[in-house]
Amino acid sequence: MPMERVDPELVEFDVRTDEMLINMGPQHPSTHGVLRLVLRTDGEVVTDVVPHIGYLHRCAEKIGEKISPRQWIPYTDRMDYLAGMNMNLGWAMTVEKLMDLEIPDRARHVRVMVCELNRIASHLVAAGTYGLDLGSFTPFLYCFREREKILDLFEEVCGARLTYSFITMGGVTGDLPPGWLDRCERFLREFEEVIPELHAVLTSNEIFVRRTAGVGVLTPETAIAYGCSGPVLRGSGVKWDLRRDGEPRVTRMYEDYDFEIIAQHEGSYPQDRDDYPPVPPEAVLGDSWHRFYVRMIECVQSIRLIRQAMAKYQGCDGPIGEPIKLTQKLPKGEAYLETEAPKGQMGFMVVSDGTAIPWRVRARSSCFCNLSVTSEICRGCLLADIPAIVGSLDIVLGEIDR
Amino acid sequence: MADYLVQFGLPVWLAYGGVALMQCLILLTIMMFAAATFTWMERKVSGRIQDRLGPTRVGGRFGWLQSPADGIKLLCKEDLMPAQADKILFRLAPYISFCASFCVFLALPFSNGWVAQQLNVAAFFILAIAGLEVFGVITAGYASASKWSLYGAMREAAQVVSYEVPFGICVLIPVMVAGTLDLVAIGNMQQGWGINWMIFHSPFMFVTFFIYLTCAVASTNRAPFDLAEAESELVAGFLTEYSGFRWSVFFMAEYGSMTAVSGLAAILFLGGWHGPIPIADLLGLTYSNHAILGWFGELLGACNFLFKAFLGVTFMMWLRWTLPRLRIDQVMTTCLKYCIPLAAAMFVGVMLWTYALPGGILPRKTPMAAVAEAPAWTTVETPGGDRP
Repeated sequence: MPMERVDPELVEFDVRTDEMLINMGPQHPSTHGVLRLVLRTDGEVVTDVVPHIGYLHRCAEKIGEKISPRQWIPYTDRMDYLAGMNMNLGWAMTVEKLMDLEIPDRARHVRVMVCELNRIASHLVAAGTYGLDLGSFTPFLYCFREREKILDLFEEVCGARLTYSFITMGGVTGDLPPGWLDRCERFLREFEEVIPELHAVLTSNEIFVRRTAGVGVLTPETAIAYGCSGPVLRGSGVKWDLRRDGEPRVTRMYEDYDFEIIAQHEGSYPQDRDDYPPVPPEAVLGDSWHRFYVRMIECVQSIRLIRQAMAKYQGCDGPIGEPIKLTQKLPKGEAYLETEAPKGQMGFMVVSDGTAIPWRVRARSSCFCNLSVTSEICRGCLLADIPAIVGSLDIVLGEIDR
Repeated sequence: MADYLVQFGLPVWLAYGGVALMQCLILLTIMMFAAATFTWMERKVSGRIQDRLGPTRVGGRFGWLQSPADGIKLLCKEDLMPAQADKILFRLAPYISFCASFCVFLALPFSNGWVAQQLNVAAFFILAIAGLEVFGVITAGYASASKWSLYGAMREAAQVVSYEVPFGICVLIPVMVAGTLDLVAIGNMQQGWGINWMIFHSPFMFVTFFIYLTCAVASTNRAPFDLAEAESELVAGFLTEYSGFRWSVFFMAEYGSMTAVSGLAAILFLGGWHGPIPIADLLGLTYSNHAILGWFGELLGACNFLFKAFLGVTFMMWLRWTLPRLRIDQVMTTCLKYCIPLAAAMFVGVMLWTYALPGGILPRKTPMAAVAEAPAWTTVETPGGDRP
């Protein structure tokens, strides 16, 4: 009986034992939700990474075409659920832009306060879960303890701890409760004491530095080419922050506020405090360590902003603003606006045909662009570096999949 | 003790078998108790480190009954086995690990002569048996038919096999100074005030202790060297497919070996069952006064030993809840580039020190005198008459 001829290449492929395809996620402890990464691995070395998304798709944009803008605000909360206030702000300001609506100063300062508080909360989650990704459980709980205090403050403001729906078109849904500013100030003082602790267990920890420095280096050119934004872009040394560089409508919100944009510029970070840990010699600009560091220092800048906002809020009397009606008719036209959310540039687009319900609603996700660089910067790293890199990008799948 | 029973006319096989069974049961109880205590303690310690309370609900204010509650939960869990798994190896793996971890206790003395089997090669025996634990892990990783498990197993193999080398050298150094592999004799050499402890033998020995600690943490697979079960990378590594009772057997093996390496450290470096102050001698709790008094002295020594082992385990917990995990290449670098050369250098250093100062800077006992001091009934069971 003649033996079947076997394709020699097929045999070759059959006995190849050096590469393995591995599914990391969607149920994996360190893919931050339902991200799925397909890894092509050669032993511990990862030769190729392909991210797959869409496991948390909830048709948010389509829903936005069936309900009025104010009704859609809760849906924005559920996009980046770690920074609901900033999501509310982005959508509210987009619709305000379409309606050409200005808000009173008092509401503006309240918005700055809650948005910056939420930025701290979001960065705390990023820092804490990053420790978790690197196998250090304790900083996670330290960060969540602090975040819990912010959530308590938010609960007082709007009754919700995660999905706030506080910022609306035309201002905010309500004024701050009495005594809130004191409690906020107390939190800021407590938090300032905790920051050095976090630096000790994470930023300047020897093992942490070795795990993150030089890992997942994202050059400024690549970052810009992929449309990265937020701390991921600034970690690569690009001084770009929509709070300063955005549209006039966005920068007007931060008018006469004094703050620094955190990015390494000409070899050093803007230093307004001496107790930042120094940049370790192993760190390369654009690596995971820098992305983490930028977030940590941005928290300090947010504290500054909140303090200023509190002072300004106390100094200005006047109306807090009136939210628009649920069935308010929108002017015909379209508007697109990007704001600086904690994760990056969050853009919202609204197209109206003149009725109360938008004809088209679209969200531009910052995490989507930030995640897209994974296959670029993960190539050739070790298996253990994958959580280190993905964690440093700080993605929220709710925002990517919408 | 078996010989004692034989005198009463018991058949030899029954006497020895019975005694062996009893010793095994006692040791198993100790190990289970240690695992339960350390599970509870790990939760409490981690809780305190993380600014929370830890268990408070089961068994009163401090959650004393947390470990039994966990045990019951694990026993009641559904017994899951992947369809693709190698059925026999999957079942066998936890027990290989557990047996290896348990057998270490057979040769580990808890006090002067309080040992299931006093071996004249106890240190060697412990090294050899403790190294077997990795087979359970590799088997588990292979048998689970999961890629993550396989990764965990391969990491464990690479890591533990590498760390056996510096670990062995570190054990060898006190053995070289003592001139015997018999752990009872090594422990007895360090009698007297705390300055007699092996760790204070020479500066080199002091450094050796810390290399030993590093290697001990690495070879028991504890953070920051817990690469085999790195949950943020490998889901749970070799444990991914395990649940319920089999998982808890692995867990007991881990705590068992933590206790074992801490105990070994206590004997080799920290005076074994001798405290910093020789309370037993000062109070006259010695065999030369009365057998009962001597027994109480040994009991005190056992407490001493357990306390030191307990400190070692606490240290490991402290590390685990403080440090991030190393990467595999960094783990191997730590071993091959730092631990091995350092341990070898310390080996030479201690050798030269012993050669230059044969009596040491402080008067210390010779091992032979220490062996002679052990109570008679403990040395009876020593196999062979090879001790000079």
